[in-house]
Amino acid sequence: MKWLDGEGSDKDIVVSSRIRLARNIRDIKFPQELNNEMAEEIKNKVNNSVIADERNNDVFKYYDLKDINSTEQRVLVEKHLISPGLLQNSQIGGFLIRKDEKVTVMINEEDHIRMQVIYPGLNLEACWEEADKLDDIIEANTEYAFDEKIGYLTACPTNIGTGMRASVMLHLPSLVLTKQINGIFQAVSQIGLTVRGLYGEGSNAKGNLFQISNQITLGESEKDIMNKLKNIVQQLINNERQAREKIYKFNKIKIEDKIYRSLGILKNARIMNSEESMELLSDIKLGIEMNIIRNIGRKTINKLIIKTQPANVQSKYNKDLNPNERDIKRAEIIRKELDI
Amino acid sequence: MMCEKCGESQATVHYTEIINGHKSEVHLCEKCAGEKEVGSHFSINHLLAGLLDNQIDGNMKIDYVEPQKCKVCGMTYNRFKETGKLGCSECYSTFNDRLNSLYKRIHGHDVHVGKIPIKSGKSMKVKKDIEKLQLELKEAIENEEFENAAILRDKIKKLEKNIKE
Repeated sequence: MKWLDGEGSDKDIVVSSRIRLARNIRDIKFPQELNNEMAEEIKNKVNNSVIADERNNDVFKYYDLKDINSTEQRVLVEKHLISPGLLQNSQIGGFLIRKDEKVTVMINEEDHIRMQVIYPGLNLEACWEEADKLDDIIEANTEYAFDEKIGYLTACPTNIGTGMRASVMLHLPSLVLTKQINGIFQAVSQIGLTVRGLYGEGSNAKGNLFQISNQITLGESEKDIMNKLKNIVQQLINNERQAREKIYKFNKIKIEDKIYRSLGILKNARIMNSEESMELLSDIKLGIEMNIIRNIGRKTINKLIIKTQPANVQSKYNKDLNPNERDIKRAEIIRKELDI
Repeated sequence: MMCEKCGESQATVHYTEIINGHKSEVHLCEKCAGEKEVGSHFSINHLLAGLLDNQIDGNMKIDYVEPQKCKVCGMTYNRFKETGKLGCSECYSTFNDRLNSLYKRIHGHDVHVGKIPIKSGKSMKVKKDIEKLQLELKEAIENEEFENAAILRDKIKKLEKNIKE
């Protein structure tokens, strides 16, 4: 997964940037109301529209959700390649993934088409450029539901207009540590942005990872939405950097102690639940960004955060694990990765 | 207490209604209360229709309109209120009156700004171009640049013809 590479602008704080566009085909019922036959038709139509353009011919691969077992489905969600919403429609859903895993087109999620582009670091423009192009390619072979006054029509009126959700995933451990985070998020929510955890709606901000995205999709252009989000993200980055500097300056030995203790536990523990591992991995990530830990790469930790998610652990061992067994396997995976 | 209307379910919605100065207590189940809400959708037409009904039998008739249904997918506004999701793109025209105020509450705006699809938005783009030219034309006339105005007028005519075709 390229988005976990730990590259790109402001990579010490920003994990990834993502643009999602919601589109529907005119005069056809939205997925929730579709029968299986029509759902198949839409899958074919969208699939063909994407690969009709020769640039996409060999780089996209189509998967039907019916052909993927439920563990593997959840692995894809944990990797952020598809959304939890798509699994709710697993009988009628499908998706296309580009080889580099930066671009996914989901079919029959809440809307007929939901395309997402995800890049490492702060790079919303690159995401938008790709999404915009792909959108044109799909539109060339379909008739979009679009209204002159209210823009792209979506199953839920909260997405009409641009149909765009721009989001940035940030690692903000020092703002959490210095207890500034709640005040900041309250302010953010008052200007039409929303903050969620690693796995979107309803998920906790485990591992100090936060996703910030736009709530408003009507009446603001794609550029406006991205600029507003970027502006706020930039401020959060500055705040986090200042907090890190302050901690280092006034509490150096304390923060070093915290980080090395976490590293000690991760390297030696035999049982590790997902919550604890997220917390400790966040400490290691901070240690890398603050240049306290030098022999572990950012990419290793980013990937470990995903590899230690429940379905990912399950899938690696290829059999049904109960939570206890899973915690033992999780500890094993971590020890192996950090055995340097 | 059972619902006064259907008599089948428990009444959970209670309120006082005043008609022609006559006060009465109303007890309805959730379902009947929901239907009543559709019936009392306010617009000048419906208010007038309600007034007319009143003159005839002196009582406010509740369900003088069938719940409005989308002709493509059969969605009703009540069902939308339950799920928060519309059934198809046509629903947006079907329930336009009621959705309109919702847009402002959700987004703070009610007019799309941003990307316009190439195919489906073609006529819209031309319309926007025409609006722009009309402004320029007005300005040209005010400034007594009649030659320029004539050129602009021809451009507008050509675009308008394009739309009709």
